[in-house]
Amino acid sequence: MLSEQDIVEVIVTHLRERLPPDTAIGPQSTIMGDLGLDSLAVMNFVMWLEENFDISVPMDRLIEVETVADLARVLHSLGAQKAS
Amino acid sequence: MSILDKFAGIQHAHDALTALGIDPLAVEFDAMTSPCEGVIDGRKVLILGSNNYLGLTYDPAVIDRGVDALRAFGSGTTGSRIANGTYRGHKELELRLAGFFGRRHAMIFSTGYQANLATISTLAGKDDTILIDADSHASIYDACRMGNAQVIRFRHNDPADLAKRLKRLDGQPGEKLIVIEGIYSMLGDRAPVAEIAAVTRAAGATLLADEAHSFGVLGRNGRGAAEEAGVERDVDFVVGTFSKSLGGIGGFCVSDVPGFDILRLVCRPYMFTASLPPAVVACTLAALERIATDPSLRQRLAANAERFYRGLEAAGFALGPQISPIVSVRLSDVSMAAQFWKALLEAGVYVNLALPPATPTSEPLLRTSVTAAHTSAQIDKALGVFADIGTRLGAIGT
Ligand SMILES: Cc1ncc(COP(=O)(O)O)c(C=O)c1O
Repeated sequence: MLSEQDIVEVIVTHLRERLPPDTAIGPQSTIMGDLGLDSLAVMNFVMWLEENFDISVPMDRLIEVETVADLARVLHSLGAQKAS
Repeated sequence: MSILDKFAGIQHAHDALTALGIDPLAVEFDAMTSPCEGVIDGRKVLILGSNNYLGLTYDPAVIDRGVDALRAFGSGTTGSRIANGTYRGHKELELRLAGFFGRRHAMIFSTGYQANLATISTLAGKDDTILIDADSHASIYDACRMGNAQVIRFRHNDPADLAKRLKRLDGQPGEKLIVIEGIYSMLGDRAPVAEIAAVTRAAGATLLADEAHSFGVLGRNGRGAAEEAGVERDVDFVVGTFSKSLGGIGGFCVSDVPGFDILRLVCRPYMFTASLPPAVVACTLAALERIATDPSLRQRLAANAERFYRGLEAAGFALGPQISPIVSVRLSDVSMAAQFWKALLEAGVYVNLALPPATPTSEPLLRTSVTAAHTSAQIDKALGVFADIGTRLGAIGT
């Protein structure tokens, strides 16, 4: 099992590779606000995370997610495994 | 401050379009002159943006049956079947649908949207899991929100991803309901029904297919994508609509599952809304008879679909992955798509402008659809108009 901190790191690294270089990304960044992902980008990102952590994220669990830290908490609670 | 302030973002995006003189929502058909021609703003237009796949909206048998029922049974039922009674036509339509699909049970709804809401939200309960294709129609998403089951999305048309997700649920109690569509409405691509059925069966799950766009269109008898794939027995519930190939309005669900009729006592979108008006039921019965007895409608539709797809492809447009009656032109940006849409309308060709996030990718689409009623000359005329505008706007040939 990965810690929430490990998961935050995976998320931040992944987003850093994809967002404009000057985007500030941290645990408190809001995904649709600060990071500017639209609903389609969020869906694709979640699909990538599910694959990477070998879990499925039920749709209702995403309602509580605003920040990177929120997302890491949800993934952790679903038993996110080390990236394969 | 207004209670509507939360929609400022959407209003703003819409205003930006209308400022360019582009407002798909303002299109009004002042008259219809055939299943695929109408009048907008005094201009005659060729319609390549409906779901009137078999062109049955003006079929004389359909109109006659509707008129007779209107006179005999009146304009509406004024209530729901559980509270205010079933009309003979409702029962007859259910019998005919069951017969058409070779199924034991059928149930009709007031729209296809409600058919999805009713079945999906009810079949899967609190301890169950629904697995839906990520590109599902809004009615499927809304059905999921209405029910109490856990909802998981799998990658669009990806049986391997579905299998992986089912495996993760191994050992978890509760039923698993898998939901797919026959043809997806935005790009016209069809589900790999055989592969998904195999994965479903292996997991002991239940499969529901929404054949909204494929009923009357695919399969030797028009029973849809499951018939075409030869796996009808593996689809536990088929949902569909009367608003597309049958040219009316209403929805249905057919199944062989024993005890099916209990759904009439538990599906709220069936119980708490008025039943279909007699004339609509009669038109639907006549249209169903037409598709059951006249395969030439499907053949003409398929030929038109192929002609239009191949023509646009040859002109250099980026299209959906498969030939189908839904032919979508993929464009790079919203402003190009909006200008293209407007230019088409000015040239007398009406299509659907589909903008993200309503589209499956971030690309805007000019969603078109052909019908069995289009002539080859009409298809060729539309191809010419598309090529001219595409060249002028730099969408092709750059
Ligand atoms: C896949 C799909 N399911 C259901 C519906 C709803 O059908 P209706 O318009 O009859 O309510 C539609 C279209 O609107 C659809 O595209």
